[in-house]
Amino acid sequence: MDEMLKAPSRRAFLRGSAAVAAGAAAGGAAANGADPLITEVQPWASGLGDGVDATPYGMPIEFENDVIRRNVPWLTADPISSINFTPIHALEGTITPQGCAFERHHSGAIELRKEDYRLMINGLVDRPLVFSYADLERFPRENHVYFCECAANTGMEWAGAQLNGVQFTHGMIHNMEYTGVPLRTLLNEAGLGAAGDFADKWVYVEGADASSNGRSIPMEKALDDVLVAFKANGEALRKEHGYPVRLVVPGWEGNMWVKWLRRVEVMDGPVESREETSKYTDVLEDGTARKWTWVMDAKSVITSPSPQSPITHGHGPLVITGLAWSGHGKITRVDVSKDGGITWEKARLGKQGDSKALTRFYLDTEWLGEQWLLQARAMDETGYIQPTKHQLREVRGENSIYHNNCIQTWYVNAEGMAENVEVS
Amino acid sequence: MSKSLNTIYIPAIGGAALVIGLAYGLANRDYAKDKIQRLEDRVAQVETHATTHAETATGLRAQLAQVEAEAAEAVALAMSASLTEPAPKPEGTYGLGRQALPEEIAAWDVDIRPDGTGLPPGRGDVWTGDEVFADYCAACHGDFAEGVDNWPVLAGGFDTLADKDPVKTVGSYWPYLSTVWDYVHRSMPFGGAQTLTDDEVYAIVAYILYSNDLVDDDFELSHENFAEVAMYNTDGFIVDDRAETEYPIWSGEPCMENCKDRVEITMRASILDVTPADGEDQAAAGHSMSDQQEEVVIMASTTAQDAAAPMAAALDPALVASGEKVFRKCASCHMVGDGAKNRSGPHLTGIMGRTQGSIDGFSYSGGFQTAANEGRVWDEEAMAAFLTKPKSYMAGTKMSFAGLRNEKDIDAIIAYLRSFDG
Repeated sequence: MDEMLKAPSRRAFLRGSAAVAAGAAAGGAAANGADPLITEVQPWASGLGDGVDATPYGMPIEFENDVIRRNVPWLTADPISSINFTPIHALEGTITPQGCAFERHHSGAIELRKEDYRLMINGLVDRPLVFSYADLERFPRENHVYFCECAANTGMEWAGAQLNGVQFTHGMIHNMEYTGVPLRTLLNEAGLGAAGDFADKWVYVEGADASSNGRSIPMEKALDDVLVAFKANGEALRKEHGYPVRLVVPGWEGNMWVKWLRRVEVMDGPVESREETSKYTDVLEDGTARKWTWVMDAKSVITSPSPQSPITHGHGPLVITGLAWSGHGKITRVDVSKDGGITWEKARLGKQGDSKALTRFYLDTEWLGEQWLLQARAMDETGYIQPTKHQLREVRGENSIYHNNCIQTWYVNAEGMAENVEVS
Repeated sequence: MSKSLNTIYIPAIGGAALVIGLAYGLANRDYAKDKIQRLEDRVAQVETHATTHAETATGLRAQLAQVEAEAAEAVALAMSASLTEPAPKPEGTYGLGRQALPEEIAAWDVDIRPDGTGLPPGRGDVWTGDEVFADYCAACHGDFAEGVDNWPVLAGGFDTLADKDPVKTVGSYWPYLSTVWDYVHRSMPFGGAQTLTDDEVYAIVAYILYSNDLVDDDFELSHENFAEVAMYNTDGFIVDDRAETEYPIWSGEPCMENCKDRVEITMRASILDVTPADGEDQAAAGHSMSDQQEEVVIMASTTAQDAAAPMAAALDPALVASGEKVFRKCASCHMVGDGAKNRSGPHLTGIMGRTQGSIDGFSYSGGFQTAANEGRVWDEEAMAAFLTKPKSYMAGTKMSFAGLRNEKDIDAIIAYLRSFDG
C-alpha cells in the first residue's frame, strides 16, 4: 500500500518518533548540538538555481509530488468513465488548484478547441442562437467562488467505514473561482418571450462529448446564479474540467455542471435523461427513489489529522483543520468533537463563509497522546445541522449511493495515526 | 477606499474637531455621521467643563470609538456595494451570436421526452436487436444484458430495489423507455457514439425490453407503438422531499455537552482494506458508488468446445451442436466440462441426474438449498421447467435469466449438458 498509506507512518517514524520521545524537540537537531543546515553553508546558499524560463508553465516542486489526484480502480469498469479524488488532505485554504481538482468523465476528457466550440440556445426561445467562444467573452461577465461536489462523494461509506483516507471519502469536491457569463444573460439574448410563464419551464443542458450528459434544470435556478464559465482560478478551464466552456450550477450536484457545454434548450418539462433517472436518483429503504435531489446539503470533514495526514510532530500544539460547505448558502459555524460526539467545541472559521463555497475551519489545540474520535459538524445559514450517519440511515436506509453528508469520524491513536471508523 | 476611511478615523481618534469632509454619493456613507458629531461635541463639552468629569469623557470616548468603527464598517460595505455588482441585466440584447439554422437545430436537438416526443420514424424487432446487441453491446453488457465485470447490468434485478444491494437495471429501475432510446442513440456504443442507425436503436431497445421480460420475442418497436410500452418502475420515484422529511429534524440548537452516554467504534475501514494504493491495481470487492453487481465472469468459450469432444454416443450430434450455440447465453455465468469451476453460477458438469443445489462451495439461494435437502434431482422435466421460466420454477433463484422460449432450444441445451456426462 503503500506509498500512500505507509509513507506517512514511515515519515512518522523517521521524523516523529524522536520528537515524541524528546517531547517536541523543535528545530530539528538542536537537542544534539548545532544544526548543520544552519551552521554549514548549503549548496543552495552558494550555487545558483534555475533561470526564469526553466518551466514556462510551472508545476509544483518535486517534493510535493504526492499531492495528486487518485483513483479507486475497483469502483468503475473503465477509467474513461470514472472518477478520481482531490487530495484534500494535503491542501490548505479553500481554493483547489485545477491540476489536482477531481475529475469525473462519462466518455473521457475530450479535446475541443475554442475555434471549434459552439453553444446553441434553442427550444422555447424567440431567436434560436449559436454563439462562438469569442461571442461569450463579449458579454458582461462575473467572478464567483463555488464548490463543485459530486453527488456520490462519500457514497462508498453508506454501508460502513470503507476507504481509509479523506481523499477517498470526501475528495469528489473542488472549489474554484469561476469567470463566466450568467446563463440568464444568454437566455435573454435568445429571448424568453416564447417561454411564457416561467413557473413550469426548464432548461435542458448537454455537453459536446460522446456521453452527452444532459440534465434538466428548472428555469428558476437557470435564471438565478447559473454561470456559463470559461475560466477557473484565473486561467482557462483544464481539459478535464470542460475546456473551453462548462456550466457552473452553484450548490447543486456536480453532474449538473455540464462540461464542454454545447446546447441549452428551453423546455416545458424535464427530459428525464439517463443521468437524472437511472443515475443520480436516491433509492430509499423501501425501494422507492428520490429524484431531483439537486442541492448538496451542508457537510464538513476534518482534513488533518486524517488517515493520510497523521500527527507526526509529537505532543504539544496541534492545528486541527478541515473544510465545510453548503449548497444552501453560507457556512455559519463548525463544531469539532474529540470524543466521537459526546462533547463539542466551536471551531474558528478561516474567514466568513462564502455562499456555496468551501469554508476552512480550525481548532487550535494541544495533543498529548490522547486517543481521539475526531468529528466535525457544520451548520449553514438556513439553520441546518449536518446529521450523523445513523440519522441519515434512519431516513434513507443504506442504498442511496448519493448525497451522503454524514458526520465523519477519524480515530486518532496514541501514535498520532488516524483511521476511518464508524462509531455508535 | 483606505483614504476615505482615514479621513473619518484620524480626527475622531485624535479628539480634535471633526472634519468629515468627503461628500459621499450614497446615503449609506453618511451613516452615523451625525451621531459621531454629537458624541464628539459632547466629549469636547465635558472636557472643557471639569476634570472631575474625566471618567465620563473616557466612557464617551469609548462609545465614540465604537460608533466610529461601525461607521467605518458601513462605509466599507457601502463602497463595496457600489463597486461590485452582478453583471448588468440587459434591457435589450447585445446582438451577439447568430441565428441557429433549422438543420443545425435538427442535428443537435435529438433529446427524447418521456412521451416519445422527438423520436424519429423507424422500427426494429427483438431478433434483429439480438444480433445488433451481440455486435455492439454484449462485450460490456453481456450477451443477455446481464453486465460484464463492473459494466452496467441492463436486465433483471426485479424486486431487489428494497434489498441490501439493489440491482438497478432498465427493467427493474428505469422509469421511462424514452431514456433508453435517447441514451443508446446519443451515447452508445461506448467509443462509437452516434454511429447506430435509428432502426438499429429501435432494435436494440426492443431487445433490452425482451431481456427484461417486458415484451415477447416477436415484438417490434417503432415510433408508433413506443408510447404503449409500460415500464415496471415508472411510479417508483418521488420528488426530493428533504425539505419536509429531513431539514426540520436536523436544525435548531446543536447539542454541545453530554450528547451521548458513551461512544464505541463499531466499524473500521482498515479491516475491509479496500483503500487503493499507489502504483497498484488493487481489485478488491466492496460496495461501490456505481451499483456494481455480483461479479459476472465470462467463461472462455474454448473451454466448452474442447471439453465437448468426448461426446456420448446416444446423443444426436446435431442437437448437441445446436445446444452449444444456445449455451452461449449461459456461458457468462456457468462453466461446463473438464475443469469447469463455479463462477457466478455453479458449474454444470454432470448436472443431469444430479441432486439440485448440491455443488460444494457454491452459495445457493434458499430455494435450491431446500431442494437439495429434499433430494430433488435434475431430470429432463425439471430442467425443462427451470429453463422455461427460472423464477417460476424456483422462486428466489439468483439466476437472472428470463428463460428460453423455444422448446427446441431447451432440448438442445439438455442434450449439450448431457454430452459432458462421464
